Order: sequence, then structure tokens, then C-alpha cells
Amino acid sequence: MAETIELEVVTPSGPVVSEDVDIVTAPGSGGVFGVLANHAPFLSTIKVGELSYKKQGKEYSLMVSGGFCEVSSNKITFIVESCEKGSDIDIDRALLAKERAEKRLAQMTGKQEKINEARAQAALQRALARVRVAEKRGR
Amino acid sequence: MASLKEISTKIAGVKKTSQITKAMNMVSASKLRGAQLKMENFHPYAEKFNATMANLSSGATGEYPLMEVRDVKTVEILVVTSDRGLCGSFNSNIIRMAEKLAAKYEAEGKKVSFVCVGKKGSNYFRKRGLVRTAYRDIMGTFQMFNARQIAQDIAANFEAGEADEVKVIYGHFRSVARQIPTTIHLLPVKPIEGAEGAAAAGQSSDYIYEPSSDQIMEVLLPLYMNVMVFNSMLHIGASEHAARMTAMDNATNACNDIVKDLTMIFNKARQAAITGDLMDIVGGAEALKG
Repeated sequence: MAETIELEVVTPSGPVVSEDVDIVTAPGSGGVFGVLANHAPFLSTIKVGELSYKKQGKEYSLMVSGGFCEVSSNKITFIVESCEKGSDIDIDRALLAKERAEKRLAQMTGKQEKINEARAQAALQRALARVRVAEKRGR
Repeated sequence: MASLKEISTKIAGVKKTSQITKAMNMVSASKLRGAQLKMENFHPYAEKFNATMANLSSGATGEYPLMEVRDVKTVEILVVTSDRGLCGSFNSNIIRMAEKLAAKYEAEGKKVSFVCVGKKGSNYFRKRGLVRTAYRDIMGTFQMFNARQIAQDIAANFEAGEADEVKVIYGHFRSVARQIPTTIHLLPVKPIEGAEGAAAAGQSSDYIYEPSSDQIMEVLLPLYMNVMVFNSMLHIGASEHAARMTAMDNATNACNDIVKDLTMIFNKARQAAITGDLMDIVGGAEALKG
């Protein structure tokens, strides 16, 4: 068996995942990146998106929202604000949220506050990530 | 001496009260379990966060708005209390500590403003008219985003130069029997040092940062505030229930004591009445004989 890396995901409401995996693919703020076993020490911020990992040929995926991740001594730790497993995501709700956020963004005119736009954008990103993760589970 | 009826009404009343306090004790006991669990779940996150923070801050050298040390003219105190009372001296201890700290700063000629989380603290400080913002009625069901909101508000105020130093006062949950009012320093953020940080500093130079360590730091600092605020709220949540448990336990015991005393008085009065009746009967019988 190939070498593995220890994956850990912690959120304010508790640890979510703690497993030895083959590869981790994460949504870094500078773009998606992959981490294999024995990666050099690495620190990156994480944006909302899909975190996937492979374990013994099977692929798993999670939805994570903002935070950061640290790689050191063959261990990758994600410290994120929230993390949901594909099986926990309510896809209908996520789709609704996506539509709502899109509508709000479409209605937004130039004079409206920037904060609202940022919030709607963030909501949209979260919804999109949820949908993506949840659809994967369906396949 | 009060009449028999009066005493028995009183006994019934005190018993009812003790039922209520006992129920409150049990409710707090079960809520405490939830709050404690929440706190324990948060612990790994906070720990990892602080480790990374220490790692990073020893390597990062840039200037960050949240770390800017200024001449202290205005001090902001974030007072975290519970929303509800009936938990002994828990809230008043925190408030007293805040008062003391405020008095100290005022004596030094600094201005003090308050941000209150929880109804009890905001009720108290509102009277003094120094509350900048109050967050009420969130202690029951607060989430991370509440903490984020509060932290963002404080950070914005700090960056705008309205406050030059921010302290947090909350009740640290040491154990079910001990909750300690505690003051912690929040802003400007001090670089985390200490044995662990120093040890990590040796290897931190090998880290690959993406984006640059300065940019990560900029993301991390607000998060750090979230963690601190959320942590103090979690502690208050657990401490409140623990304090109420103790207070209600004491109240129940006091009720039982009162019932005991009253029953004694009731029995004495009853005995006296019986003796009186007997005397009448005996007296009457004697008179008839005569």
C-alpha cells in the first residue's frame, strides 16, 4: 500500500474527520491544490469549496467554508469554520439558497451597500459548494 | 403565635418554592452538560488554531492594523455575562470586576467604553450610559456567527481608532463548583510567544506560505478574535448553568430548612391547641360533677 498522510478537519463544533488518506485535494485561496504523503511544511488559507480525499481507492468529499490548513510532519490539518459531509447536505435547501443568492445578486444595483453584496456572494459560494458536494454523493 | 392555618399555608408555599428551585436545578444540570460538550468540542479547534497562530506570528514580521500598538486613550471592555439571573453572585462578580477595571483606567485618565454581551451586564452598564453596543438574548442559542459579528464590530471600532485597547471580561469555567471572573487582553493582538511558539519558530522558516505569510496573517487575525470571543461566550454559557445549579441547590436546601422549622412551630401550636381543648373538657367535666 502506498504511503498515507494523516488528515484532520476541525471546526468550532468539534473534529469532523481524522483519518489516514492517500491524497487530499483542497480549495486554497490561490487555487485548488493537492497534498500527498510527506509533503513539505505548508500553510494556506482555505476558501469555501469542496475538500476531497481518497482513501484506499475510494473518493470522499466534504464541503468546507473559510479557514486555513497546515501541513507538517506528514499531517494535514484543516481549521475551518464549518465542514459538512456529503450525506449531511440537504440538496434541495442548497439549491434554494443558490437561487435566492443569485436573485439577490441580480437585483443588486450599484448604489447598494457593498456589505450586502459580499454577503450574497458568500452565500452563493457556500450554496454552490454544497450542491457540488451533494451531487457527487448522488453518483 | 400565628394560627395553625397560617402556618400550614406558609409550609405549603415554601414547599412549592422548593419544587421550583429543584426543577431549575435539574434543568440547569442538563443544560450544563450541553454547554460543557460545546466547550469540549471547541477545544481542539482553539488549540490547533493557537498552535498555528504561534507558528505564524513568530515568522511574520509585517504590520497589521489589528496588532498596532497605540497610545492608550480609550479602553474598550467587552463584558460577557449571562442573559438570565437566578445564578447567585455569578453575574455581579463579573460586573464588579469590570467596574474595578473601568475605575482603574478612569483613574489613569483614560476613557472607557463597554460592549456588553448578555442581558445582565448590559442592563447594569446601560444605567451608566457607557455602553457602545449591547448584544442581548443571544446567550441561549449562540453560534460561531454571533461571535464573528461581535468580533467584527470590535475590530472595526479598533481600526477606526475609537478604542486603543480592548479587554474581555468573562467567567472562566474552571469546574462545576468554580467559575472565576477573568480578564483577558484582546486588542491589539500580541504576538503569541512562549515555549511552544519558540520551539516552533525554528521550523517555521521552512514553511511554504500560500498566499504570503503576511496575507495569511491578515486572514488569521480576525479569526483569532472570533476564537477568543467565542471561547469566552462558551465559558459563560457553561459557567452560568453551573452557577445556577449551585444557587438553586442552596435555595432548595434553605427551603427544606424553613419547612423543618415551620413544621416544628406547627406541631408546637397544634400541641398547645390540644392541651387547651383538653383543659376545657376536663374543666367542664369537673364543673358538672361539682
